[in-house]
Amino acid sequence: MNALFEYVIRLGDDSLIIGHRLSEWCGHGPVLEEDIAMTNLSLDFIGQTASLLKYAGEVEGKGRTEDDLAYLRYDREYKNTLLVEQPNGDFGMTMMRQFLFDAYRKLLFERLVNAKDETIAAIAAKSLKETKYHFKHSSEWIIRLGDGTEESNQRVQDSLDTLWRYASELFYADAVDAELIEAGTIPSMEGLEEEWKKSVGEVLSEATLTIPTNNWKQGGGRKGMHSEHLGYILSELQYMQRAYPGLEW
Amino acid sequence: MANKEWPLWEVFIRSKQGLSHKHVGSLRAADADMAIENARDVYTRRSEGVSIWVAESNNLFASNPYDADSLYEPSDSKVYRHPTFYEVPDGIEHM
Repeated sequence: MNALFEYVIRLGDDSLIIGHRLSEWCGHGPVLEEDIAMTNLSLDFIGQTASLLKYAGEVEGKGRTEDDLAYLRYDREYKNTLLVEQPNGDFGMTMMRQFLFDAYRKLLFERLVNAKDETIAAIAAKSLKETKYHFKHSSEWIIRLGDGTEESNQRVQDSLDTLWRYASELFYADAVDAELIEAGTIPSMEGLEEEWKKSVGEVLSEATLTIPTNNWKQGGGRKGMHSEHLGYILSELQYMQRAYPGLEW
Repeated sequence: MANKEWPLWEVFIRSKQGLSHKHVGSLRAADADMAIENARDVYTRRSEGVSIWVAESNNLFASNPYDADSLYEPSDSKVYRHPTFYEVPDGIEHM
């Protein structure tokens, strides 16, 4: 297995799937302002996906483009975390998923800007600017919903309880990561999860939300073992290219 | 529901350093921080600005359109307030 290809695919698939989830809000946002905000976020993620999957295709060297990788793989070949494929639920659920992910992405990109791999470093530098805003935006919402009305607090607490089990997979590391860190391609990720817990904990405490004590964890996405939701996402995402191969417009 | 609507905010954007903030429109937001974020998403997504001001619409006080006669018309007949009665010497550009 080509470790660099695999690593870049993991980054790219997280962006692709969460970007797609956010795009599902287009025209359905709770207020016009937030509808535009979420589609802006979605476009940021789809932009990151294009850069990452293009690079993955180059690393692989088999002539696959970013479009081939986005639209023509099978579900087991997608390596996104389970967190990003979870359904949107209500607005609070979407913001909670976004918040847990943004906090991780911001810390991750802050490290990846120092990657020896120049392409990864450049994509991280560009994405970090967007991600800092994403994190601010989702944090502000978590604080307002958590420290809002009794109902908003209860709903967003339920979302946290539901999504918490998927958070630890963000820090999944295996031989792929070890090989790249060993070779110096990417920097060490030591302490990343602790930093994330601190960053997330500060916001959740301000939001008067409680971190679940249930430590049951669920993962598998990084190895291609997904929840039932990914299949539905892919059928929508891939429909055009599957029905009309090579279609352009 | 009507009285639970978020307050209205007026948005002012500075398009580049050295120019003043200009009114670009309004939006709804729960508080000032969110109004800035919404303004960023609604009004600067095509690189329209480098700085944002927001002010709650409640806090703006406007002149009354019915007073236009007395407020603005009197100056229409006072053309001497424009510096148009000078002869511009030859060779002066950009006048």
